[in-house]
Amino acid sequence: MLALIDLEMEKHGRKPEPNIFGSVWRFLRRCLFLVLALGPMPNHIAFIMDGNRRYAKRRNVKEGTGHGVGFTTLTSVCQYCFEMGVKYVTVYAFSIDNFKRKPEEVQSLMDLMKEKIDELLEEESIVQKYGFRINFWGSLDLLSEPVRLAAEKAMAHTASNTGPVLSVCVAYTSTNEIMRAIKKSCARKRLGTRGYANCDGESVCEDIDGCVTVADLEENLDTADCPDPDIVIRTSGETRLSNFLLWQTSLSHLQNPNPLWPEFSLRNLIWAILEYQKIYPYLEARRRLAKKEN
Amino acid sequence: DDLQTLFRNSSSVIIYSAIISPVRWERRELDLILLLASYASCCRWIWLARTLGSGSLFHRHMGSSVNDLLFSYIISMGLLLKHQNLQLDELNSLAVVVDSEEAKNTTKIKQLLCWLSSIGIKYVILYDMQGVLKQTIRTDLESLTNTSMTPCSVVDAKMVTSLFHFEKMAIEIISLADGKEGVAKAASFLYSEHMKDDSEICYRSEPDFTESDVANALKATGSAGAEPDLLLVYGPARCHLGFPAWRLRYTEIVHMGRLRSMKFAVIVKTMHDFSKKHQNYGK
Repeated sequence: MLALIDLEMEKHGRKPEPNIFGSVWRFLRRCLFLVLALGPMPNHIAFIMDGNRRYAKRRNVKEGTGHGVGFTTLTSVCQYCFEMGVKYVTVYAFSIDNFKRKPEEVQSLMDLMKEKIDELLEEESIVQKYGFRINFWGSLDLLSEPVRLAAEKAMAHTASNTGPVLSVCVAYTSTNEIMRAIKKSCARKRLGTRGYANCDGESVCEDIDGCVTVADLEENLDTADCPDPDIVIRTSGETRLSNFLLWQTSLSHLQNPNPLWPEFSLRNLIWAILEYQKIYPYLEARRRLAKKEN
Repeated sequence: DDLQTLFRNSSSVIIYSAIISPVRWERRELDLILLLASYASCCRWIWLARTLGSGSLFHRHMGSSVNDLLFSYIISMGLLLKHQNLQLDELNSLAVVVDSEEAKNTTKIKQLLCWLSSIGIKYVILYDMQGVLKQTIRTDLESLTNTSMTPCSVVDAKMVTSLFHFEKMAIEIISLADGKEGVAKAASFLYSEHMKDDSEICYRSEPDFTESDVANALKATGSAGAEPDLLLVYGPARCHLGFPAWRLRYTEIVHMGRLRSMKFAVIVKTMHDFSKKHQNYGK
């Protein structure tokens, strides 16, 4: 019974809102966001979508249902963020560590990802409606081929969109991203440095400290064309970052609300923004100081 | 009027705790029930809950602040015995991130170190963005231990450039320069190593080193260190302020408030909560 109800919830999330009620709700939302925008608004919010399996377990349904409802939550949250004027949204969908899960669970997650990526590119989807650009960050070569191709297709299809940016981290860990950035920086340095290497194998790097800089690494991270997150929200109350955007979150406000990801709603989002607005002066002062020192 | 009611209820909670504390109650729910009983008898809280909806954000937010305050007083009076016997087997190292402005208060920092030592923490990593702690505390610790680098069984001394001892605790002091700059140094090290070892350099597009190569390079350049299991943030906001990324992968990050209002009981409660944590590491 619960499984059926949850399936209905999933489908319901994809239907357009009914007429008058939907319009009134949209109007009220707009008023609320206008009031919220009187304070400083974040430009980039990152989400660690934690709690899908616990959600399914609590409701005695299959794990896949939890992930499905989680996707519905993702589309709602992206919609609210765009309406509020948040330009960049990043989500942690699948970590490299998650490959350690049972093979059937990993396979069902891959299948779900492919299905949802294809749905996102459908005509009436939220991406088409709002002109989102989609990025997929991570070691995409670790994904199964259908998923990797779907992700590349989605990126190519939305590359010219000028609206908000949704970045999905799949097969991603921060340490892996840093390692790939180091590799790219080294490769570029080698190509770009004059008199640096000859094909007899003689190579010199006289000034080791001057070889690779922080700026070189930041240019080669997956997040190079994206500002650092203002807020990082991990749902389900967990307090760790689990190898997510560790380099980019130096001055991000880390929040860990208790609701599980499928339960994360508009009021949780609004509370997160209010918490951010409370400490914005402190963060802004630290950012200015960090820029001055650089 | 409300404050009086709250005070009366808080006193009754403390008295109940005193009565029941000789019995080792393991169930945390009982603590919560006692506190909820004090809330329920306060008419104004009930009115707020009804007006704003049960489980409303306002009620929960105010409730959790009052909850923390009551807990810290109860713990500091030593009435909750389970908080006195902390199981710290899982806590190999603890990090403390302090806002650089607040880090100038060296008295508080030393008091914090004493408290952590009394709890039984073996390895502490002190961090602030601008290196204020390196300038202030380092000198005091050097004079205290009469040595600037002492080999430590917990951590390989070659990995760490600023390691001190205080009673039975090892203390490492780092700053932003050990974070991103440390990774850049490791990258430069790998770059030079790759150039040295690679004879087919003209033909390969990207070097093929791995995360463990990066970890080894960090060790070789003195930017490596223990990965803290728990990180306490003292400052106005819950931010890690540039703590070295490579060491922050699975660290539990807890915001403790401002340094000037730090309380021993809150640290004890945080340790207790940490001992109950369970990580899947992605599984």
